[in-house]
Amino acid sequence: MNRTTSKRTVIENKDWAVEAHGLVKTFGDNRAVDGVDLNVRAGTIYGVLGPNGAGKTTTIRILATLLKADAGSAQIFGYDVEKEPQLVRQLIGVTGQYASVDESLSAMENLIIFSRLLGLGRTDAKRKALNLLEEFGLMEAAKRPLKNFSGGMRRRLDLAASLIAQPPLIFLDEPTTGLDPRTRNQMWETIRRLVNEGSTVLLTTQYLQEADELADRVAVIDRGQVVAEGTVNELKESVGTSSLHLSIQNEQYMQEARLMVERVLNVQSAVSTEGGKITAPMADADRVTDLLITLREAGIQLAELSVQKPTLDEVFLSITGRKTSLEDETSATSNKSNKKEKLI
Amino acid sequence: MSNATIKALNERKLRDKSSFRETVRNSLTMAYRGLLKIKRTPEQLFDVTLQPIIFTLMFTYIFGGAISGNVQNYLPVIIPGILVQTVITTSIVTGVQLREDMDKGVFDRFKSLPIARIAPLAGALLADTVRYTIATVLTFTMGYIMGYRPEGGLGFVFLAGILVIICSWAISWIFAFFGVISRTASSVQGISMIILFPLTFLSNAFVPTNTLPDLLQWFVKINPISHLVTAVRQLTNSGTIGWDFTISLIGAGIIVAIFAPITVRAYMRRA
Ligand SMILES: Nc1ncnc2c1ncn2[C@@H]1O[C@H](COP(=O)(O)OP(=O)(O)O)[C@@H](O)[C@H]1O
Ligand SMILES: [Mg+2]
Repeated sequence: MNRTTSKRTVIENKDWAVEAHGLVKTFGDNRAVDGVDLNVRAGTIYGVLGPNGAGKTTTIRILATLLKADAGSAQIFGYDVEKEPQLVRQLIGVTGQYASVDESLSAMENLIIFSRLLGLGRTDAKRKALNLLEEFGLMEAAKRPLKNFSGGMRRRLDLAASLIAQPPLIFLDEPTTGLDPRTRNQMWETIRRLVNEGSTVLLTTQYLQEADELADRVAVIDRGQVVAEGTVNELKESVGTSSLHLSIQNEQYMQEARLMVERVLNVQSAVSTEGGKITAPMADADRVTDLLITLREAGIQLAELSVQKPTLDEVFLSITGRKTSLEDETSATSNKSNKKEKLI
Repeated sequence: MSNATIKALNERKLRDKSSFRETVRNSLTMAYRGLLKIKRTPEQLFDVTLQPIIFTLMFTYIFGGAISGNVQNYLPVIIPGILVQTVITTSIVTGVQLREDMDKGVFDRFKSLPIARIAPLAGALLADTVRYTIATVLTFTMGYIMGYRPEGGLGFVFLAGILVIICSWAISWIFAFFGVISRTASSVQGISMIILFPLTFLSNAFVPTNTLPDLLQWFVKINPISHLVTAVRQLTNSGTIGWDFTISLIGAGIIVAIFAPITVRAYMRRA
């Protein structure tokens, strides 16, 4: 791949895969990205968490040299995305939010073309394509046109295409949105594998759970601004604890059970309006054992017991002091963000 | 997952620019992609296949009697005319498809790859010469089936075909320019038709110039399409390379000289 080396350069910065300062991008009077700082250590998974329309895609597009920022600067392994885009492109793989593969061609053809563009010879390109198809479980569908691909297959092909050049930094824009749980778990596995092999991954997601599963560090982004940054645990602590949900078999003991919960856990509880479910914050997991014992001794039988982690909504509520107000604009923004800027 | 093993950072050698050889290679790969797309969606070829067949039949039988007395005498006039009109109209597709392509997700990937920036544009223009070739072959074949026997012989017919393909390729730069700067694919189609329709019909492609009113005659005579049509007629019907042949090539050269740089500039700004 490096045959005609007109000018050789070594990697400038091996510690930081991404360093971005004060990125700004406005569309008309909409400040889609409004002063974003991001620092991603090489070899880690970094999650950018935010609701629809928060500016995640726009940020990734700037970092991936697809879009010019209005202000601020960004370096990938020490190379400036604006001044040295061609160098940056040799260090990144991009899996966009909207399938960046050729719909009218087959999976095999797509991968061969991208491989050829990346400098592989005819036979090498074919071998590479076959290897990737095998690895991503797309072998049977290799020759079929993408039109008949499921969302999960498309996503996998998209990711495979980003890995041809074995880039040290991979951008994944909402890699699991719209996938069923099984496919999503496979995708998570793949992402973890990538990082084990030395890649750095910057991914965006709308799900706190996904960030929790994968990311070493997280930036919460809202209305184009980073509103919180840290490890997932730090983030959760700032949000508060998980909550305990339990329902009992015989609802006539509801009041009794509720009193026990409050006494043993030493907290306030609530009963959901649909009835039958007691909800209480769970600060100390140890005490749940005590609670279960107490309930059994009192002869109250449980129908269901679950612990729920804080949701993105709760994260937002606690960080920004308001609900993810963007949620109701969701459909409108997702349409808009699909479009590109036009000249005329 | 052996093949996704990440190369250690310090083993990587980075290039800050694509060499000329890589640019050519990338463009050829993109052209190959264009050909694959044509193969995968043959319905895209409706225009280049149907237009030569239908137009040749229609014009020959409608105008043949009126203009040349009979169909047989009209063929040497109309076949070069239809050839030029069909192939040049086909070049609109270049701009329309370029626009559609640039709006697709896959274009983001091309832009994020360390390839020559110009490759997707160059590849598209290159692949479309295949369309022109198909249209050319079909028009001559239709003519042959209907009884057209060019006096110039096969060699000059071949040369005429090449001339038309070169000129259409040159003109496709104009449409590529609209493709790059326009908002939607249908506006590219619209603008292109508005330009091309008068140019092809207000030429000597279908009727002899001397039957037209003075003002029209003046336009038809300076219309570059007329020169191209005349050049093709001279080649196919008498095997001569005349002044019109030269003018056509010069015209093609001028178009490329103007539109290639501005298209490339507009394209690079967006790519
Ligand atoms: N090309 C564009 N033109 C105009 N507005 C855009 C464009 N891309 C994104 N936006 C707007 O910028 C905001 C952030 O969008 P985006 O980065 O796609 O958010 P996310 O990926 O977090 O959902 C949204 O309000 C969206 O409508
Ligand atoms: Mg997005």
